[in-house]
Amino acid sequence: MLEIRKTPMVAVAAAIVLFPLLAAAIPAMNHYTGIMVFAGIYCLITIGLSILMGYAGQISLGHAAFFGIGAYTSGILTTQIRIDPWLALIAGILAAALVAVAVGAPSLKLKGHYLAMATLAFGIIVNIVFREQVALTGGPDGMGGIPRMQLFGLMIDSTQKFYYLVWALVSGAFLFTVNLLQSPAGRALRAIHTSEPAASAMGIDIARTKIIVFVYSAALASLAGSLYAHYMNFINPSSFDLFFSIKLIIMITLGGMHTLWGAVLGSILIAFLSLEWLHFFEEFEIVVYGGILLAVTIFLPHGLAGVPAMLRNRLRR
Amino acid sequence: MDKITFASQLLQYTVTGITIGSVYAMVAIGFNIIYNVTEIINLAQGEFVMLGGLVMVFLQVSLGLPVVIAFAGTVLIVTLVGLVLDRLAIRPIRQPSVLTLIIATIAASIMIKGAAMLIWGKDPFDLPAFSGRTPILVGGATIQPQYLWVVGFLVVTVIGLTLFFNKSIVGKAMSACSENADAARLVGINVQHMVLLSFALSAAIGAVAGLTMTPIALMEYDRGAMLAVKGFGAAILGGLGSFPGAICGGLILGLIESLGAGLLSSGYKDAYALVVLLAVLFFRPSGILGNLEVTRFKRF
Amino acid sequence: MDRKMFRAVMVCIAFFLLGTLTMCQKKAAEVAEYKVGAVFSVTGRASFLGDPEKKTAEMIVEQINQAGGINGIPLKLIVYDDEGDATKCNLQVKKLLEQDKVTAVIGPSISGLSLAVIPVFEKAQTPLISCAASYKIVHDEATGKPYKWIFKVPQSDSLAVEAIYTNMQGKGINKIAIISGTSGFGASGRQELIRLAPEYGMEIVADEKYDPKDTDMTAQLTKIKGLEPQAIVNWSIGPTQVTVVRNWRDLGMESIAFYQSHGFGSRKNIELAAGAAEGVLCPLGACNIADLLAADHPQKAVTMKYAENYKAKYNESLSSFGGHAWDAMHLLVDALKAVGADKAKIRDYLETKKGFIGQHGVFNFSPDDHNGLTKEAFQMVMVKDGDWALVN
Repeated sequence: MLEIRKTPMVAVAAAIVLFPLLAAAIPAMNHYTGIMVFAGIYCLITIGLSILMGYAGQISLGHAAFFGIGAYTSGILTTQIRIDPWLALIAGILAAALVAVAVGAPSLKLKGHYLAMATLAFGIIVNIVFREQVALTGGPDGMGGIPRMQLFGLMIDSTQKFYYLVWALVSGAFLFTVNLLQSPAGRALRAIHTSEPAASAMGIDIARTKIIVFVYSAALASLAGSLYAHYMNFINPSSFDLFFSIKLIIMITLGGMHTLWGAVLGSILIAFLSLEWLHFFEEFEIVVYGGILLAVTIFLPHGLAGVPAMLRNRLRR
Repeated sequence: MDKITFASQLLQYTVTGITIGSVYAMVAIGFNIIYNVTEIINLAQGEFVMLGGLVMVFLQVSLGLPVVIAFAGTVLIVTLVGLVLDRLAIRPIRQPSVLTLIIATIAASIMIKGAAMLIWGKDPFDLPAFSGRTPILVGGATIQPQYLWVVGFLVVTVIGLTLFFNKSIVGKAMSACSENADAARLVGINVQHMVLLSFALSAAIGAVAGLTMTPIALMEYDRGAMLAVKGFGAAILGGLGSFPGAICGGLILGLIESLGAGLLSSGYKDAYALVVLLAVLFFRPSGILGNLEVTRFKRF
Repeated sequence: MDRKMFRAVMVCIAFFLLGTLTMCQKKAAEVAEYKVGAVFSVTGRASFLGDPEKKTAEMIVEQINQAGGINGIPLKLIVYDDEGDATKCNLQVKKLLEQDKVTAVIGPSISGLSLAVIPVFEKAQTPLISCAASYKIVHDEATGKPYKWIFKVPQSDSLAVEAIYTNMQGKGINKIAIISGTSGFGASGRQELIRLAPEYGMEIVADEKYDPKDTDMTAQLTKIKGLEPQAIVNWSIGPTQVTVVRNWRDLGMESIAFYQSHGFGSRKNIELAAGAAEGVLCPLGACNIADLLAADHPQKAVTMKYAENYKAKYNESLSSFGGHAWDAMHLLVDALKAVGADKAKIRDYLETKKGFIGQHGVFNFSPDDHNGLTKEAFQMVMVKDGDWALVN
């Protein structure tokens, strides 16, 4: 998983680049590019979150909060102080990282489910703050007028352009994460994944490594949030609620939490299910999500990414 | 209307706080029962409370059954749901880890909530109060009779559970499981049955909490999540796994919420319980009455 | 990624494309018709808004087509359900504009979503008639004027507040407490209550809030009780507005007059209050009390007719919110009849429309007012014997 073979990479890159052209050509698929923009934004979050879950074995039930911190930091700084969106984006990442340290450090020293509970509470508190601090965030009505982003003088003001921006960043984050997993911190993480006691015996600081992973995942979520804010030009607190945090968990579980590809696959699938294919179920899509989550947890513990390996094992018998 | 004194106001906040605190305490007790035997945090606990209210509405209001029969029926039905939860969502997991179990209970809670939405729709429902709505005036504060029912059932539950765990064979077997599952297995206790029983008990207690609080606060399909989070906060505050802790934790949490909303800002009311939860996790994870031993993962 | 994984991914992509292509529908042969779009929160947290709105819009389109269409041309309505979600609303609005190529759009149902899609319509230069209440929808903070292409039909909260304050003045009330939900609707109402208080000589002694999911407001009401206001104004929608009334009764506070927002306007709420709502006052749009209106009231005819038609078609009593869709749809139909399917002409027509008799008021639009209503759009009613009664 950690090696990057050339041919598959080129094929996937080509698919990403060509997709908007395909979507524009087929009438029923015209709006799919828009859906893929959201899928890409979700991917940015799930890439970080999946190594938290798959490697560090921790679960965050409040990642929507970091997504929101990125979105609101970008929104507030670009509308009230009018700084450059990219600077605001970096500010958002720093804010999210700081908060992640504050929340993660005490929780990750403990075992098991404490981070889950801490992030659950934290996510709800942050959402309440978004709703209550009306002067800063616009309250439940939301905040509008968020400007568009610019890249080297080019205004990113169409769905197509935003698509390429988002997916370029997703590719970058993906490659960066793979490289990170090969760095000393990454090796420590893989050691922890294999066996915590053994890793501890080798002198690896387990808590510290987990905190680093948590902060990293928060930073990526914040990046995604900033992009979301600049794409929608409008944000309100209901996009950053507990249900979105759970949707993220569903994306990773469905795709497979042990590989990065799983995160990407799960994000794209859930984006399409949620924004397009489950319209038939209307509001009962929530039951479908629960069913998917349960079925995957019981029958496909490695998610869809684990299916080829499962099939291989079956066929060998 | 006479001017209400500050003392009366405080008394009112206290009354409300104890009432809602009793509900949190019951949810916390439910958490603890399952946690003690299996070390699972059942995030679907709040859904049992929600179902308790809604099923009672169905039995008492839609079908017109007398209160006592509807009560028994509700507890039975929700207990069944608890059993199904264990059998279909928890037991089938082949490689249980803390992560997958949390996810499984989340999945279960989503499905129960969705089913409730399908069956009852999204409107809130009301139940007639058990003994009428004439308020009792004490020291300038008004106490609804239903408040007393809620606290009363908490007391009954606690007494019942204490007797069960200390005096009955089955209860003692469950306590044994929570101490050491392997040893319990060795002396012939069927651990899987104990797990099933713990879910059943939790569901039953949750149901009672739900049907006693509905005449006060109505009930709708999505109430479960917030109740679960706050109930969990109460459990952690009191010390995860400890029953006296659950009661203390629940009551304290209810009081903090009520006093906070009354004396500080009411916009942040929900946040009070959560901030307490975070504070406990950060500074004293073992809670007020829990022990400092960091938990091991139990096999079952 | 290894070879097996790569193949798996390729297979997935192939299935995906296949699945999508099979869902392609043949494009219908181009027929001369008027295409209008609608985005409502038919399901989700605001379904009590979007569901009657969708039903009303569809009922109107059916009636029009049965009568031969608009100037002989059939009317086609494309409705999408945004489920109360900002992301979905954004996507569907773009779909209506770019793929379905509609002439104009009505909706969304929620203020937050309406505000979110304003930039899209301004950019696409297409008229939008929103069915949401916030005044910010037709008021650009930067210029102080309405957005060029955006209109709205529901009364602003400020009008409801004015109706309440006028009634209070008549009773000699000047010391009040406000309690509101922290949702968009509640926050907006609270803002207006505070803003207009000095103008009507109201002193606000308490400003309490609660979460839309909260189940008990006795703490907040106890605090209010201690401050001895002459009246309480509650601003929220959903079950909390019933809970507050029940808490008010349970705490024995009936001597303090209780005013609800116009969100209270449904007989179901009176029922749920289990008798606690007797004597509660609230401002309502005419369509809610069609049968109570005087025979010579300008809106009497259209409101009675709508109630009748809706009940006949859907076998449920009309909803106040469906009335907004009625107003929006009929305005658009009126415009199409007058100027045809030209976006700019429709916009100009709407902006100068006067005397339009709707479910929620008589509308008089102007370039500075894209909402067109005054406080006369509300009638004060009181709950009496479990039903509405007019108050003078």
